[in-house]
Amino acid sequence: MGLLDRLDNPYETGGIILGTLEDILNWGRSKSDWYLHFGLACCAIEFMSMNASHFDFMRFGIIPRATPRQADFIMITGTVTLKMAERIKVLWEQMAEPKYCISVGSCANSGGPYWQYGYHVLKGVDRIIPVHVYVPGCPPRPEAMEEGMMKLQKLIDQQAIFRKRQKLAEEEKMFANQSKR
Amino acid sequence: MTIEEIYSVLKEKFGDSIGELVTNQPVDPYINVLPDKLFEICLELRDNPELDFDYLMCLSGVDFPETLQVVYHLYSMKKKHKIVLKVTVPKDNPKVPSVEKIWRSADWHEREAYDLFGIIFEGHHNLVRILLPYDWEGHPLRKDYKEPETYHGMRVPY
Amino acid sequence: MTTTRFIDIDFSKIESDRMRLNVGPQHPSTHGVLRLEVELDGEVVTNVIPHIGYLHRCFEKISENMNYQQVIPYVDRMDYISSMNNELAYVMAVEKLMDIKVPEKVEYIRVIMSELNRIANHQIAVATFGLDAGAFTPFLYLFRDREYILWIFEKASGGRLLFNYFWVGGLANDVYPTFKEDVLNIVKQVRKTNKEIEDLLIYNKIFIDRTANVGVLPADVAINYGCSGPVLRGSGVQFDLRKNEPYSIYDRFDFEIPIGKGEVGTVGDCWDRNIVRMREMEQSCRIIELAIAQMPNEGDVQAAIPKKIRPPKGEIYFRAENPKGELGFYIISDGKDKPYRVKGRAPSFVNLSVLPEISRGYLFADLIVILGSIDIVLGEVDR
Repeated sequence: MGLLDRLDNPYETGGIILGTLEDILNWGRSKSDWYLHFGLACCAIEFMSMNASHFDFMRFGIIPRATPRQADFIMITGTVTLKMAERIKVLWEQMAEPKYCISVGSCANSGGPYWQYGYHVLKGVDRIIPVHVYVPGCPPRPEAMEEGMMKLQKLIDQQAIFRKRQKLAEEEKMFANQSKR
Repeated sequence: MTIEEIYSVLKEKFGDSIGELVTNQPVDPYINVLPDKLFEICLELRDNPELDFDYLMCLSGVDFPETLQVVYHLYSMKKKHKIVLKVTVPKDNPKVPSVEKIWRSADWHEREAYDLFGIIFEGHHNLVRILLPYDWEGHPLRKDYKEPETYHGMRVPY
Repeated sequence: MTTTRFIDIDFSKIESDRMRLNVGPQHPSTHGVLRLEVELDGEVVTNVIPHIGYLHRCFEKISENMNYQQVIPYVDRMDYISSMNNELAYVMAVEKLMDIKVPEKVEYIRVIMSELNRIANHQIAVATFGLDAGAFTPFLYLFRDREYILWIFEKASGGRLLFNYFWVGGLANDVYPTFKEDVLNIVKQVRKTNKEIEDLLIYNKIFIDRTANVGVLPADVAINYGCSGPVLRGSGVQFDLRKNEPYSIYDRFDFEIPIGKGEVGTVGDCWDRNIVRMREMEQSCRIIELAIAQMPNEGDVQAAIPKKIRPPKGEIYFRAENPKGELGFYIISDGKDKPYRVKGRAPSFVNLSVLPEISRGYLFADLIVILGSIDIVLGEVDR
């Protein structure tokens, strides 16, 4: 690792890393994601295994939160029923931007085995909230969930926050001008 | 006790309210019961020390083309015998006396049967939907049930 | 000089406002998507109203539209922690309806798999019960061991959690060559960990203080509410379908039925329900060892699988001892490929209905412990 060598001997190699602020911010964001665990069904049991020994999810810097207000992303693990769907919407709206969603398991992706006769099953959580990463499987293995998590980290790493902020500010300006007229 | 002995005890006490005993089934024989005296029959089944059915294993609703049926599977912890009771009611007036006061386990089973079949259990203290949302329409386990197009703005079919 | 003053107040006479607190449907300690409406007087629970149905997945409607064989994956997903036991109950119900006799080897593999799954289920139950009472370490230990059991399932059936392994009349495929040694190693490991758990958790003073004399369920109330499994046995009723109404080949094994005796508190408290699960794991180990010793090596596991599963007209109620209690399947056949009606009598559904009865009068923190001691799975409660 080149980076660690530099830290070992900062005087010889300068100890300076060059990068954009955006990269560093994204690096910080993606490596300490806090999630709102939304365990619903069978996938939640695999999710528990992932948190326990052998798989140890927390080594990725990912810490479970019980409240949406402290969470960076939500993990929907399991079948979403119509009775539950409105609660998911509310929780999603309570989360602070920037927020992400991982949909775990066939049921959350598309209704899974309940797609045909499940009169009380929502066929895919993406019908009510936006989904960033889909993890297939019924239930997915813990490794698959970790892979999905890493996909999300990659997505966060590549995000252009400043350009987005700029665009948002421009839009706001335009909106303000429009409303003045 | 065998099911014939139980049947004769009940027949002696309740007469015409007890229908025939059906034993030509592959596995479980059952007794047909009229709904009007169901509560008294069940009370007798539990409190008669000879019968002593203290455990309600299962209570299920069934939808047949013309009628609705409630099936009671009873078991005695001490005497180790079991029986099956069946109550048949018409579809336009599906009313069955509640046995919730006899076996408390019937409470949620009856609510479930009401929820999924629309069978009304008279005398139940809180007969509301249990599995489906409280504002759901229709009873899904009936054979002629059609699933709704939308629920609270969410599309239901795939 | 000051003298100590005792305030002599009967707190039960003080009137206070009742508070309604909503727990769930998404809460870390409700074991899934259960919603509890709790009525509190100060911190004392005066009433609990469970609202279920947040995971109602239409099992009964789906099974009316599927073949008998196609229902098995849905049966897996009812109680997703002990899928093998669910499959056993359903498959045996259909076999009994069709009057199929399965080969010896199949019976043994089924019993071994079900008992392994019973251990896995109780490991989760004890682990999450520990979590509810505030102990995190046993959770890690037990999940480590559970993973070893899942590896066996995975090698045999291909699935870690949901298997579709038992078919009507046989098995999906034979077990792999080193199956017996692997299972015996697991049994050794389970016993070793259970010893550790007993030292760490079960006889821990804090744990006993949290769970003894809490949520006492008398035997007659338990029977009247239709409770079964460890909840019923924790109240001191010696009732186990494997012994009282032996199905499959359970009559060939010599094992005991552990019951709650009120060792540290009252009979039927949370500690008793938990210790029943711990001791059942030991009994399951015993059954597995006996079954491994008797299991025949030769035999075709798919010999008795019928070409077409079409049971005769009739009905059956078959019940089997699941880790959580009595799982019953009421199947009505009208002589066609698809069942006319399948009702699953889920043990968690019935066991949960006793919660309001046994949690009145305890503190709110105890309610979580009581709920954990019942060991529910919402997939089965709502089906």
